Amino acid sequence: MSKTPTRTQREGFSSRRVFIFAAIGSAVGLGNIWRFPYVAYDNGGGAFLIPYLVALLTAGLPILFFDYAIGHRARASSPLAFRRLNRKTEFIGWWHMGVNFIIAIYYAAIIAWAARYTFFSFNQAWGDDPQGFFFKEFLQIPDTPALTFDFVPGILFPILLIWVLLAIVMSLGVQKGVGQANVVFIPVLLIMFLLLVLYSLTLPGASAGLDALFTPDWSALTKPEVWVAAYGQIFFSLSVGFGIMVTYASYLKQKSDLSGTGAVVGFANSSFELLAGIGVFAALGFMASAAGTEVSEVATSGLGLAFIAFPTIISQAPGGAIIGFLFFGSLLFAGFTSIISVIEVMVAGIEDKFSLGRVRSTWLVILPIATLSVLFMSTTSGIFVLDILDNFINQFGILTVGLLSIIVVAYLLRGLPILADHVNERSSLKLGRIWMVLLAVITPLILGYSLINTLISLLQEPYEGYPDQLLNIFGWGMVALVLLAAIVVSFLPWSTRSRAALTPPAPPISGGKVQGDYQDPAANQLLKGDS
Amino acid sequence: MSAQAITMLVISMLLLWGGLGLTILNLVRHPEALEEGSDQDSAQQGA
Repeated sequence: MSKTPTRTQREGFSSRRVFIFAAIGSAVGLGNIWRFPYVAYDNGGGAFLIPYLVALLTAGLPILFFDYAIGHRARASSPLAFRRLNRKTEFIGWWHMGVNFIIAIYYAAIIAWAARYTFFSFNQAWGDDPQGFFFKEFLQIPDTPALTFDFVPGILFPILLIWVLLAIVMSLGVQKGVGQANVVFIPVLLIMFLLLVLYSLTLPGASAGLDALFTPDWSALTKPEVWVAAYGQIFFSLSVGFGIMVTYASYLKQKSDLSGTGAVVGFANSSFELLAGIGVFAALGFMASAAGTEVSEVATSGLGLAFIAFPTIISQAPGGAIIGFLFFGSLLFAGFTSIISVIEVMVAGIEDKFSLGRVRSTWLVILPIATLSVLFMSTTSGIFVLDILDNFINQFGILTVGLLSIIVVAYLLRGLPILADHVNERSSLKLGRIWMVLLAVITPLILGYSLINTLISLLQEPYEGYPDQLLNIFGWGMVALVLLAAIVVSFLPWSTRSRAALTPPAPPISGGKVQGDYQDPAANQLLKGDS
Repeated sequence: MSAQAITMLVISMLLLWGGLGLTILNLVRHPEALEEGSDQDSAQQGA
């Protein structure tokens, strides 16, 4: 039998401008500000530009276009988009959901820290010992890394506040919530950060900082870990490979210029990272100059850079409170717009799967994550759990699922020419054989090598010397649980009320061909129920 | 700053910020297509 076609409404972005702001908001996150400058400095300085650009052009942008094509072609959340690509690839979408679930748990905590430090900047609450204040007074970490459930109220309440704000924004929907929040926050972030960079450049010693960041160490290019760092930075920074861009692209209009828009997003993200590098290292140059030491003595890892080095700079620099407000405010806005995209992947997935409506889907996503976030991040052991989750989900979540999705689509479905056609039909930058080679050959080789290298080093030596119990639960155990859950959930049937029961805008792909006559099992069930 | 550092700073700015400028220019030259109706009507029910 046949039914009268019924058009269904699905919310989307009102224009590509809103989409670009949202996509930049997702890509420009904490990593751009507190991770990139140190990663660049620690991996060859000026020479890092080469692996970084190579990673952007050979993996970042090609996978960004790949994500856009999958999401836009299916007009669906990641699980449904991969189901619509081929019924057997649905688990990839659920894996994306799992990865984002983990990221959201700890990302909210860092945003909460940044929020508190924005206010600490005005009275310089850390006194003359920023390090002792951060670890002992603010985080209240135990002497040895171990899981505790001793809650720290000064972290617990800000985390709760972040989750309430997120619930409000996400409940408002794609355009009025996600879109509008980014349209407002991204220009604010850019202005705040530009002011910070300009001010930092006027500080004495700024040129020494820039010298440390940009002096190239060409020998770094021969080290595999430098390339791993570049690809890791691009992956986590550009929000590719784990469902965010699949979801956001599904909200674009039918005739959108996918590759042209994606190129703007990719370069905007990297442009901001360069700006962050200049601002942060100019400030570090001042810090070294004030202390009478070398920049190498004050440049630390991301956490140390943000919550120890910057408070020191704020205490020493003229107008320190302004620097603090601009720096931590930037972290806050950058983090908030990124976590919005992380949550959106899951809200969209739940909406498609259960047809619950926006508000109920939002709460169904936020309540469990907020609970876990409070439970594990607002305790005295929060920073240990955060560090382990971050490392393992980056390597064995984002990189692994990104690699797998490319291999599956390129070699098992042989779907790249069809995805390229979808992009080329509506885009200014055409995707051809080079895109396919980069995606199907170059990217998997480099990502595969990176993964194996990281896996071997983690098996040889416990990550950061953490106890096995913590690594087995929040590292290896978490990674295995996310994958297992994704596979199990992908076998659960979709109801006739779900969006899977609707005819997709484009047919599935198998063996390099579109399957025009394919009917989703949920749609078949609907037809049988009606006949 | 050393000459090497200045060179890498300038090259970085040219490549990344210049790349951003070019991609924006490309997008401006290809205005957003007007679409009628609610574009996010993504699917039709039934077969």
